[in-house]
Amino acid sequence: MKIKLLTIVTIIALASCGGGNKSKTNTEKLTGEIKIDGSSTVYPITEAVAEEFRFEQPEVKVTIGISGTGGGFKKFGRGETDLSDASRPIKQKEIDLCNENNISFVNLTVAYDGLAVLINPENDWVDHFTVEELKKIWEPDAQGVIMKWNQIRPEWPDEEIHLFGPGVASGTYDYFTEAVVGESGSSRGDFTASEDDNVLVQGISGDKYGLGFFGLAYYEENKDKLTLVAVDGGEGPVAPSLETVSNGTYTPLSRPLFVYVNSKAGEKVEVQEFMRFYLKNAKELSIDVGYVPLPDEEYTVQSEKLESFIKGLK
Amino acid sequence: MTSRKNRNNRLKDKIFSVWGIISTLIGLILLVIFIGDIIIEGIHRIDWDFLTGLPSRKPEIAGIFTAMMGTIWVLLLTAMISFPIGVAAGVYLEEYGKKGRLSKLLEINISNLAGVPSIIYGLLGLEIFARIMNLGSSILAGSMTLALLILPIIIVATRESIKAVPSSLKDASFALGATKWQTIYLQVLPASFGGILTGVILALSRAVGEAAPLIVVGALAYVPFAPKTPMDEFSVLPIQIFNWISRPQHGFITNAAAAIIILLVITFAMNGVAIYLRNKWQKKIKW
Repeated sequence: MKIKLLTIVTIIALASCGGGNKSKTNTEKLTGEIKIDGSSTVYPITEAVAEEFRFEQPEVKVTIGISGTGGGFKKFGRGETDLSDASRPIKQKEIDLCNENNISFVNLTVAYDGLAVLINPENDWVDHFTVEELKKIWEPDAQGVIMKWNQIRPEWPDEEIHLFGPGVASGTYDYFTEAVVGESGSSRGDFTASEDDNVLVQGISGDKYGLGFFGLAYYEENKDKLTLVAVDGGEGPVAPSLETVSNGTYTPLSRPLFVYVNSKAGEKVEVQEFMRFYLKNAKELSIDVGYVPLPDEEYTVQSEKLESFIKGLK
Repeated sequence: MTSRKNRNNRLKDKIFSVWGIISTLIGLILLVIFIGDIIIEGIHRIDWDFLTGLPSRKPEIAGIFTAMMGTIWVLLLTAMISFPIGVAAGVYLEEYGKKGRLSKLLEINISNLAGVPSIIYGLLGLEIFARIMNLGSSILAGSMTLALLILPIIIVATRESIKAVPSSLKDASFALGATKWQTIYLQVLPASFGGILTGVILALSRAVGEAAPLIVVGALAYVPFAPKTPMDEFSVLPIQIFNWISRPQHGFITNAAAAIIILLVITFAMNGVAIYLRNKWQKKIKW
């Protein structure tokens, strides 16, 4: 009897789960192509959306490139792509290119990306960093000068500090340096850099005096090997989590991720449907691939922005 | 005095042979470690579903079908474009071109081209093939870019193989009244074909591992359909591997290792074909 009841409850729970995001399916079968390019940071979310969209509209061919945010905008500005993934807002130079080619656009925020500052689990002296302390460690002048933990706070051990960070070509590095040092791409050079974040995980987890930073998603996958450090951006130390990144209290090390929609592409029904589908499923899918979703009401705002953009095109 | 010098020379001889063995071992051991590591990580992931699957956010159901088909398309087209051009250029430089300042300049340029970073070829391909010739981010544009990339290697290999053909063979052909073209077509090329093919296939093995120039030309990371014509958009295995390696979920690292094994199999198979063809052509030639 008990088992029967449990089964029924489970079935009901499963049924209500499955119905959630597929309730309002567009029965009309669409065709066409949607070309997307841009940031490799946003790529996993867009890939996930494209993958799910295939089940709804199998005849729409969605392709996604990873030229990087800048490379993507170059193509977007020439009208070569329909949508552009971006991990930063569009720059004036890139807007000018769009204007030259009579392209207008709308930018939609689809998720947040948090940067995590990490130490070895055996490190028992650090409870949080202030942004100033991070700056002191990472700024260009620190090279060859700030070499020991006790130079940051006197009560910390008189031991060498070993730094790990993403390669200088990555958007993550640009973003960290801009948020912490104040200038994008400017930092000390004597740290262990790797484009492969798994190398950084190995490095910090094997070094008691290690310190590094990378995307929050990598921490989620390696929780057992690393300790997350709270960052004080001026209003007390906050540790990054789905909640603190999403509600904006974890600053300055969280950033929004965007998708830009070309106005000409926006006239196509398949692109409109794809973007509606994107915003409707971004919450669930961004968690799936390791990012942080926007608060629910923010997705509503983005959806309204999309709808008024579409209306404006007609 | 002489005996000491002698002993000294023997010692040098020994040192050099030990140095040679160590050098060989370094290469071999590194290769074994690399391949062993990759195989341990990835071999269990390779099954029919992996080979025929489409890209996915879930590592356990993601497959390499479209990237593999893209790689095969690119490889065939690159071979079809670079082979005739490279061999013809090599033959011209070796047999027709006058040996002078100009040919020296050409020679230096070709050797220099072989050393240009591949991403530069990507930029060239993007501007000329994708934009000016309006081919877009197609397989054709990508293949033409890779063909450019490996042309210098093919030209050099062709010239070296032709150089190795004994001049007595050519002289005999001319003495019998053959024209230059007849001599090249009937004597020189068959005699050097094994070497030329080896060069071409080794060059293609290099092309098959390139990701950077193709990303610049516009090759994609997510393509849920296999290309049907040379004008279709595409992805290739190296891009898929690059993309997977940068993902946080460990499952993608396993996928990347599995995809590397497939890429290695393709490369080894090509090298195998090269060796087979070389042996076959060499056996045919009897002077």
